[in-house]
Amino acid sequence: MTSPERIVVVGASLAGLRAAEALRDEGFAGELTLIGDELYAPYDRPPLSKAVLSGRLTTEHTVLPRLRNIDARWLLGTAAAGLDLGERRVLLDGGRQVPFDRLLVATGTRARSWPAEAGGALHGVHTLRTRDDADRLRGELAAGPRRVLVIGAGFTGGEVASVCRDLGLAVTVTQRSGAPLGSALGGVIGRAALRWYHDAEVDLRLNTTVRALEGDGHGRLRRAVLSDGTVLEAEVAVVAAGALANTEWLTGSGLAADPRGLVCDGVCRALAVDGTPVADVFAAGDVARWPHPLYPGQLLRLDHWDNAVAQARTAAHNMVQAPSDHRTHRPLPAFWSNQFGINLKCVGLPALADQVVVTQGSPEGRCFVAAYGRQGRLIAAVAVDSPRVLDGYAALIEAGAPFPPVLNATDGPEDLNPLDATDEPGGRPTTPVPAGRR
Amino acid sequence: MTTTTPHAAGELFAQALRYDNRPDPYPYYAQLRSEPVVCAQDGTWLVSGHREISLLLRDPRLSADRLNPLQQPVRKSLLMEDPPRHDQLRHLVVQHFVPRIMGMREHIDELVTGLLDAHTSERPGQLDVVADLAYPLPVTVICELLGVPREDESVFGGLARRLTRGLDPVNTQTEDELRELQQARAELVDYLEGLIARHGATPTDDLLSALMRDQGPEGSMDPVDLRVTLGLLMIAGHETTVNLIANGTLTLLRHPDALTRLRTDPDLATPMVEEVLRYDPPVQMSGRSTVADIDIAGVTIPKGARVRLLLAAGNRDPHRFSEPDRFVPDRRDNAHLGFGGGIHYCIGAGLARAEAQIALTALACRLRSPRLVADPPPYRENAVLRGPEHLLITFDRLSPAPVPTPVPTGSTATFGTSG
Repeated sequence: MTSPERIVVVGASLAGLRAAEALRDEGFAGELTLIGDELYAPYDRPPLSKAVLSGRLTTEHTVLPRLRNIDARWLLGTAAAGLDLGERRVLLDGGRQVPFDRLLVATGTRARSWPAEAGGALHGVHTLRTRDDADRLRGELAAGPRRVLVIGAGFTGGEVASVCRDLGLAVTVTQRSGAPLGSALGGVIGRAALRWYHDAEVDLRLNTTVRALEGDGHGRLRRAVLSDGTVLEAEVAVVAAGALANTEWLTGSGLAADPRGLVCDGVCRALAVDGTPVADVFAAGDVARWPHPLYPGQLLRLDHWDNAVAQARTAAHNMVQAPSDHRTHRPLPAFWSNQFGINLKCVGLPALADQVVVTQGSPEGRCFVAAYGRQGRLIAAVAVDSPRVLDGYAALIEAGAPFPPVLNATDGPEDLNPLDATDEPGGRPTTPVPAGRR
Repeated sequence: MTTTTPHAAGELFAQALRYDNRPDPYPYYAQLRSEPVVCAQDGTWLVSGHREISLLLRDPRLSADRLNPLQQPVRKSLLMEDPPRHDQLRHLVVQHFVPRIMGMREHIDELVTGLLDAHTSERPGQLDVVADLAYPLPVTVICELLGVPREDESVFGGLARRLTRGLDPVNTQTEDELRELQQARAELVDYLEGLIARHGATPTDDLLSALMRDQGPEGSMDPVDLRVTLGLLMIAGHETTVNLIANGTLTLLRHPDALTRLRTDPDLATPMVEEVLRYDPPVQMSGRSTVADIDIAGVTIPKGARVRLLLAAGNRDPHRFSEPDRFVPDRRDNAHLGFGGGIHYCIGAGLARAEAQIALTALACRLRSPRLVADPPPYRENAVLRGPEHLLITFDRLSPAPVPTPVPTGSTATFGTSG
């Protein structure tokens, strides 16, 4: 592998920016180009569903701090439309081409949108992923709609519903399964979340989906028809139904990419459709799917803030170092959410667990910790309003501690009582990887 | 890796605690670190590695109970209390303490200016940085915050000193000191009960009144909790930041380049105080005990064992810090253990940082040619809360406080930074 003269990063968000900075830290002195389809300089997404929606922060304040000067050419407001691997060129919307010696794919994910034929094009129907999304939704919430419908009680749905209640707005949340957050965090947290929703006076409709969104003659959302036939009046709907990887531009490129992500190996090299690594193309952040040694037998895609930063650094290192110096990307997944006045922090992947046990505090109280096990090993922990203890669990997970863990925590229960992790009102998790948080 | 026998480990730790080695215990910590977790001959587990200390500070299998009958008070403060009681107490304190310390910088600045103004001189002179600045500054601030009359200082100052000596390992204290400790505890109870009674009669808007009033979701503090918490905050305010400011001044005087840089670049104060907290931390160690077996660093600390987390040793761990024995004022990625970590992380960290940043910057800007009168300076007896007894310096000139830069009119306060 010769040292590259031109590096192109497609995707100018958290992973793209941090990778560009890391490339310079690694001593890369050649031409560096960042391509991003949004017009904005890289910004931070976690505040969008929290402080920005509530009005405490404007989107101008979400601009990501720069850790160093990267001396890069920025092509913002420019979407990548294709990739010619043979000629080593990124094709842009409008026909321009950008040649590269080495390429980083960091195009992330987008919110799954509501189908237009079921009312997705109506005014008042939102997703929440970008600065513009947040500004639009914030504007409508500030106008004081009579009711907001949130479709999906995952992390984003819960945060949006929580902000709406803080703003004094009436909120209905529909959830396909029997508890909020259940598919990612299982029944123990799901049951606690039921109480958070209840105490916040959210109208939560469990085991319910939305059949259609309906508007008035002006194309404005007026009502939703739910799966049980109920008609619900609502002026604003927020679709919080997961994410799709931005990989359409890679179609036909020969890379192993589909709506689930771009497959890469442990050192962040993208794989071709035949499963062999492509030496000069790397991937990082939400778009990447890769085999994690902690979770054998599957490909992980994590839309977590921490992962974007860590994977960007590893990919950048490997892009400019000889293969013998390549590092493996094997972080312990970690993510957080703030909703209904509660801080939720997680390490590991609870969605893969077969058992769960409360190890500290009590779910009936405010603060508690739940530990998750799989085949007798501790694999994850969720701390509810107890963030300071989580690093301790992280160390135990990395050390391969047995499950249930023997902690004898001073605020732990008399006897550990592990439950079936999937024991929640709504049934089994449907996906092996949590929806995650950005 | 060499194997440290329990006897050798205990011996090294005893050397680190010896008063003769108070000015520089670090070489003994360095030797202890050859085994980051080791059992001394008295059964205490000594932890000196940065990674291991960081892990144990956040491990739910650790209790803050020191397992020391001589140090066991009737009712524990949140410093020695475990969840869930710890969390309830801490929540109540944080709720009232943290908002009060935010926005205090201007007032701290005024206090520092006043303390140094008393010694302003165009001619060569002398200053005891401990008695003239490092001690009165945090004491004034904590008394104001809590609502303790400043004139009580003469009673309380001596008490705090005697009580914190009680934090040191029991076998390093004399019979007389241990007797004195019991006496001091009794005096403290009397003093604090009197203070609380006076506050109850005439409530004000200070922290003590707020704690007395607070009816949190888990109820308010009972009189004993209130007294114990008040004592903890008072003692912490008296006996920790003083060492941070004094250790920082001493370090700066030993590194004149850093002192000069701070004079011209006040922004350096922020990373520099973090580096002081790493390089020469005011709290050298913290005690714990185990409630379950813990496998760490290739050994198993059994359930029910006494553990000492040697924060000052971890701060010099070459596995975590490059050139750990060098004072690097603008050190990056400085994850020091100076304020501890986990659920017992120092509640007053923000206040201590502000006080030290402002005090050190003022010294750097106003003193011309400061020099240490004695190096090392005389140290206090205390080993855990370690710092100089006096820090005499001479100088060519102590300038008046610079006139503060006027804020341009018409501009509004900026929120955050852009770009």
